[in-house]
Formats: sequence, C-alpha cells, structure tokens
Amino acid sequence: MADIVVKTEDVVKEYRMGSNILRALDGINIEIERGEYISLMGPSGSGKSTLFNMIGALDRPTEGQVYIDGQNMSQLSQKQIAAFRCHRVGYIFQSYNLLHVRSAHGNVTLPMIFAGISEKQRNEKAEKLLDMVGLGDRMYHLPDELSGGQRQRVAIARALANDPSIVLADEPTANLDTITGREIIDLIKRLNTEQGVTVISATHDLKMLDVSDRIVDIRDGLVERIRNRNEIEIEVGEVGGEGE
Amino acid sequence: MQQRTPIEEQIDLPFVESLRISFQSLKIRFGRSIITTAGITLGIAFLVSVWTNNEIGIALQESGRQSTINTFEETAEQGISTKDIWLIIMSLIVCVVGIANSMLMAVTERFREIGTMKCLGALDGFVVRLFLLESGFQGFSGALIGALIGTLGAVLLGLKDYGLDLFFYFPLLPANPEDGPMQLGVIIIILLGCILGMILAVIGSSFPAWRAAKLPPAEAMRTEV
Repeated sequence: MADIVVKTEDVVKEYRMGSNILRALDGINIEIERGEYISLMGPSGSGKSTLFNMIGALDRPTEGQVYIDGQNMSQLSQKQIAAFRCHRVGYIFQSYNLLHVRSAHGNVTLPMIFAGISEKQRNEKAEKLLDMVGLGDRMYHLPDELSGGQRQRVAIARALANDPSIVLADEPTANLDTITGREIIDLIKRLNTEQGVTVISATHDLKMLDVSDRIVDIRDGLVERIRNRNEIEIEVGEVGGEGE
Repeated sequence: MQQRTPIEEQIDLPFVESLRISFQSLKIRFGRSIITTAGITLGIAFLVSVWTNNEIGIALQESGRQSTINTFEETAEQGISTKDIWLIIMSLIVCVVGIANSMLMAVTERFREIGTMKCLGALDGFVVRLFLLESGFQGFSGALIGALIGTLGAVLLGLKDYGLDLFFYFPLLPANPEDGPMQLGVIIIILLGCILGMILAVIGSSFPAWRAAKLPPAEAMRTEV
C-alpha cells in the first residue's frame, strides 16, 4: 500500500469580497505519496496557491478535510497546528519571506528556537544547512545584503531547519532569473532525492516540469488532470524550443 | 492511510528567549524604533509640559506671587481654571491618538513578519508577547524622555513668567489638599506620564498584534500596507 502523506477530501475555499463570494477551490481531491515531487500547476487565479495554503495549514478550508500523515488537520488544537508548522513542514515562498531584521543565520535558527533546540545545537545545524545551500561565507549577512537567489537559498535552509517531512514551495522561482531559478529547482530536487523529503510546489514555471514526479493541473479551483513523469518528458521536449 | 506519530503540542518559549528576540529586533530596527518612540515622546512631552506648567502656576498663586504676565482673567482665580482643564484634556487626547497611531503603524507594517513567524511555528501568544515587550520598552523609554523634556519646557516657561522665584515654590511634591486646590507635584506627573505612555504604547501595539496573530498565516502575509 502506498504511503500517503497528504490527502485532501472535497476541499472548498471561499473568499468573501464585499457582497460577492469567490470560490477559489471547488472540491479538490488529491493524494500525495511520501517522497514524491509534486507540482501544482495552473495560471494565476486558478487556486493553486490557495490549495498550497490548505495543505500547509496556513489557512482553513471552508469545507472538506485535509489529512496529513493521517491526521485530520481540522481536529488539531492551535498548539498542535503550531507544532505541525514547526516540525513537519518547511515553507518556501515566492517573495522569500525572510525576517529582514535577522541575518541569514538568524533566519535559519528561528524555527529551531521555536522547537526548543539548544543554542549550541541550532548554531551548528544552521551552519551546516547554510553550507549545504552554498552560503557558508555569507552566513551573517542580512537578507537585504543578499541577491534574490541567495535569499531563496536562505529560505530553503530555513525550511529544512527542523527536518520536515514535507517541503512546500509556493512559486519559488517566480522572482528569479532563468539560471538562478534553475539552480533553486536543482537544489530542491536534490533534497527530494537525497533526503527523501516530499516536495509540493505551486508553480507555473515550466522548468519545474522535468523534475516533478507528477503534475497536478489546477484550473478554476478544480483538478483538471494529473500527469505522470513519463507523460511529462514528451511534453518537455515540445516546449523546449520555446526559448523558456 | 497510516497514522504516523501523533502531532505533539508546540512548546512555550522561555521568557528570556522572547526578551532576547524583542531586544534584537529593536536594535536592528533602531531607526524605525526611534521614530515610533519619538511619537510617544512628543505626546507625553506635550501633556507633561501643559500639566506641569499648570501646577507651577497654581503653586506660585498659592504663594501669593502673581505671574508678571496675565493674559487671561482666569489666571487670577484660585485653582485649575476651565481653560487649563481643557488644555490638559486636549493634550491628553493628542497624546493618546498620537501614540496609538504610531504603534498601529509600527505593527501593521509587520503583519507579514507575524505571518512568517507563525509559519515557522510561533504560537499566537508568543507573537503578542514579543510586541508587548517591544512596545512596553519603547513606551517607557519614550515617555520618560518626553516627561523630562516636558518638565524642562514648563520650567523654562515658568522662569520667563515668574523669574527665579519659581525655584522657591517649585511644586516638586504633592501639596497637602487642605492647603488649597489639588496639586499632584511634578514627580507624580512625570511618573503618571511614564505609566500613561507605556500603557498606551502597549495597548496600541498589542491589540493589532493580537489581531494579526489570530489570523491564519496566509491571511496575515497577504495583508499589504
């Protein structure tokens, strides 16, 4: 039996905009296996970021259930949700979301402070992680002193601080140039293969296609289709000539 | 779907850790902290100067020494005049609105930071405590500086009006209520100013911080200022 790490059941999310109700998600059912690299694809406004927020317990669905590691997220207490965000998931955002008052090192240690890890241990771990993402020599720089790609590397190191089983990446390459974006994708893919981290990424970057195990196409708040890796490779050949 | 280890409860951080993070944040954000603190300083300086000036007026009237400048008839009357009460109330309102506004702004521009901290596993209470500590410290230091500036201003005004007599009758300590109108004395006014500044700063920041901390992180991070 496959080891399902994320499962959504008829997830609906509605936003109230004045007197209008916007249905961002219209009943999403997906299952994600442990160790998979999944890309949620779709145009902006399709609901992929909303789904990303639901899976990461960053927002509550209006209807339906999200199960992670077999746990129904709607039944967790506030303290359990905080612990879930702290230990089980690592988040990577389009706009990096680093705390600009803390150095790269300070950003990476923060989730470990929340997890109650001793100062010595968290310093060692932060150094190791920043080394791994190639920022060993810029550890004590503030985010403002780093380039976009370097900031995203800090965010990746921070996401891994508490050894999460899932890494959620929301448009991680959208603010980066093609080459830097490629490097970031390779780095995330490496975590996926070497450390067995489940990666769920919302994106419309075609470069993400050839590293994904599966691609979930989202359109108008619904799962349009789910494609496997072997189906994808053919299409990558086709789009390769577009000068992406 | 098999159930993994159940999700435990997030731990509460020790107080020292919150203290350290909040001071670090104040230090790095020094420029911005100074502007916020200046808002508090100005509000309290205004209030304390008006109040102290009033007390000095009363003290010197009590002593039988009249101001050399009598622009208002009320000055000749005993005790706090309606004009003075109005002035104090007005300065109090200016102070409350000014401080609440600068703290609100300071917190609102950090909504994204609050959302991010929650993504990393911060408890709502921790976020609020962080802002409480930061604003309490800012409030107290800003108000203390403001109260001292305000007192200095009132003393300079008093010197202009009463000359060196001011120092013989300076209302440093509360007057005996039986001797005449109520007088708190400058020390109490400074203390009240500090407490008021701190309370206003704490309310002004922890209320929006609490609201932001209650929001799901996705919503807090979406908030654009």
